[in-house]
Amino acid sequence: MHPAIQGLLTIVIGVVGCVGYFYFSNQILDRFIFPARGANAGRNINRANMVRPWLFLLPAIVALGVYLAYPVVETLRLSLTDRALDGAFVGLANYSQMISEQKFWEAMRNNMLWLIVVPAVSTAFGLLSAQLTDRIGWGNIAKSLIFMPMAISFVGASVIFKLIYDTRPVEQAQIGVLNAVWLQFEGGPGSFLMLKALPALMLLSFAAIVAYAVYVVCRPIVAGNRERAHWMTKALQLALGGLGLYLAALALLNVLRVLGADYAYGEPQQWLTLPFWNNFFLMVVLIWIQTGFAMVILSAALRGIPEETIEAAIVDGANPFEVFFQIKVPQIMGTIVVVWTTITLVVLKVFDIVFAMTNGQWETQVLANYMFDKLFRSNDWGVGSASAIVIMLLVSPILIWNVVNARREMR
Amino acid sequence: MDNIAGTKSSLTWVVHISVALLIALWLFPTVGLLVSSFRTADQISTSGWWKAMVASEQNLILRAADPDEARVERNGLFVVEGKFFGDNADPGISAWGTSSRAVDAYSIGDVADLGDGETLELRQDGSYVWSGSEEQISGRGQRVFITANIPPDFTLDNYDKILLTGNNTDSMAKAFFNTLTVTIPATIIPIVVAAFAAYALAWMDFPGRALLIAIVVGLLVVPLQLALIPLLKLHLGIGIGKGYLGVWLAHTGFGLPLAVYLLRNYMVGLPRDIIENAKVDGATDFLIFTRIILPLSFPALASFAIFQFLWTWNDLLVAKVFLIDATGETTVMTNQIVEMLGTRGGNWEILATAAFVSIAVPLIFFFAMQRYLVRGLLAGSVK
Repeated sequence: MHPAIQGLLTIVIGVVGCVGYFYFSNQILDRFIFPARGANAGRNINRANMVRPWLFLLPAIVALGVYLAYPVVETLRLSLTDRALDGAFVGLANYSQMISEQKFWEAMRNNMLWLIVVPAVSTAFGLLSAQLTDRIGWGNIAKSLIFMPMAISFVGASVIFKLIYDTRPVEQAQIGVLNAVWLQFEGGPGSFLMLKALPALMLLSFAAIVAYAVYVVCRPIVAGNRERAHWMTKALQLALGGLGLYLAALALLNVLRVLGADYAYGEPQQWLTLPFWNNFFLMVVLIWIQTGFAMVILSAALRGIPEETIEAAIVDGANPFEVFFQIKVPQIMGTIVVVWTTITLVVLKVFDIVFAMTNGQWETQVLANYMFDKLFRSNDWGVGSASAIVIMLLVSPILIWNVVNARREMR
Repeated sequence: MDNIAGTKSSLTWVVHISVALLIALWLFPTVGLLVSSFRTADQISTSGWWKAMVASEQNLILRAADPDEARVERNGLFVVEGKFFGDNADPGISAWGTSSRAVDAYSIGDVADLGDGETLELRQDGSYVWSGSEEQISGRGQRVFITANIPPDFTLDNYDKILLTGNNTDSMAKAFFNTLTVTIPATIIPIVVAAFAAYALAWMDFPGRALLIAIVVGLLVVPLQLALIPLLKLHLGIGIGKGYLGVWLAHTGFGLPLAVYLLRNYMVGLPRDIIENAKVDGATDFLIFTRIILPLSFPALASFAIFQFLWTWNDLLVAKVFLIDATGETTVMTNQIVEMLGTRGGNWEILATAAFVSIAVPLIFFFAMQRYLVRGLLAGSVK
């Protein structure tokens, strides 16, 4: 049978089957099992209404159970068994094999890098573009153009960026933008300005912004004037502050490294094979895609800020930066956290980009691709499942936080 | 900030310019792909796409015709005659050379002396005469470096090749239909299943409802990596194997939490009066659902539909695990492109066109239904 006809048939069977199931199961319930007539009419109606929700829920529960809940348990079990030994229980052998592999630690290190860089940069760019586009007449067009990469597949984006990173031998014309730009630098004062002074300045301002953010976040603790603050809020503030200080120190340290760096001017670079830095070239792809998402959500949040708070701040003499960082950002902090965690989830599962661009070569491995490698190339289900469980463990703090939040809202 | 006296006008200009820069930066990669898909392989490999828009000075490396086939003996000299730039009468050559160290050594009409009596002459229309002894005019054709002013030139050949006439490895036509076959049922079925469940979770009262909602929220973030092995095992075990049915079911399962969550959040916000009035009038839950809830929930249904469509269309992992078998008959576009990246890594005209074919449909959907997409995003993540 032709797949298209099969597809059409599946749609019809699926939709008619679902609707038919709901209709007839409701009919059977009302007509035959608990008919609303006779001596027990009242009791029957009540009983039918107790059963009915489960009729509505049954298909979804079955699908969720089979396709998401059962795999969690089954993957946990598989990670403790060995396929080669007919699924015998081997305890934590898969895990110990996994942590003895250098590739795994490489994937972990890269994943951590991704986890820090991609959400931070996407959120920052998103906030910036939201703030900027909200203030101009053609902002909506600008927004939809920045938002557009959301519709592009990771694979498509990988092709797009591979073209940008393309390398040709030195005597040929470069067709990759990055190398074409790179070859414009020859080591003169212009190069110093663009490749050393400017990055150093950017790192410095990054450090300054982070330090300022740490100051804003941690001030309530130091001042101690907010007695009602929950201890969890305080802990979160402290953790954020610590992380921020670490990042600022790292940035300052790298200012020196950038100024002293020795660049290979005039040689076209194979960007995707430069160890360590190639991770960032891959991250750019995801940042390019996710910034639009961050922008759309943050822009809605920014527009939701009550005008009076901003006006009051201006009347009190706040400058634009103070208004932005001390009035606007604190009010949309909740949304920033949501955006951050959503992008974090995407990052943890990132597979297509690495698979299509480097396939984990040249030290760009990430967990999801490592797992795919184990599953379908080494055919090692045990270690593959173990690495899936690692991804699950990394996701679970967000999972718990989401569930706690959802429950709080429903009360 | 707008109402600080005196600062507005200067700041506004800064904002306009920064936004324009940001957009340029964000569009630049995609435009590069789009432009490249309209250029020939030669054009792509000799100059950057950003030079394709305007007539531009380009340094080309061309090779005279193969002496073994083209040379003729004339007055004791061996001569190769030919023409660069095809039928173009005036390709705008400004300078040329025969060595990479001096690419602009000669101008039109000059005769280059290649030593020991070997010469090369290049005329304005791109025709050349290469002559010398038998030994000199042999091996590979002489390299010629030409600086020419090339006008913009675009072609639809790549699309013709990718969509209509290409051979099996280049053609995206089959993959396109396969992707469509995966996407449509995988978008519609979860909507139907989720809508009923969302109604129950939003408007029916039963013990365990809060727990179920919490579970759905939890499942929302379960990485689908976890599901790959157990489900593949299950599909192989119950005889579905690798194929469309498996991938439809998998996409349905993976899309359900978001569908239930989005739809439930939307349905909860519908006015209670309507539903209670209908109940008083004797409507059953099934009737309320199909006659009242579904039509009113159209925006939420649309936003989930576009999410699921984008996600299934752009997906690679699920298709690779549950659909594509050893024969490769059921390959989808994302997979086809990844394979092309491996086998045709340097053929940018093929890659760019194939990639653009695959992203064109989501882009159209994106711009047509952007309103619903944004609404869905806001409902799905901002609380």
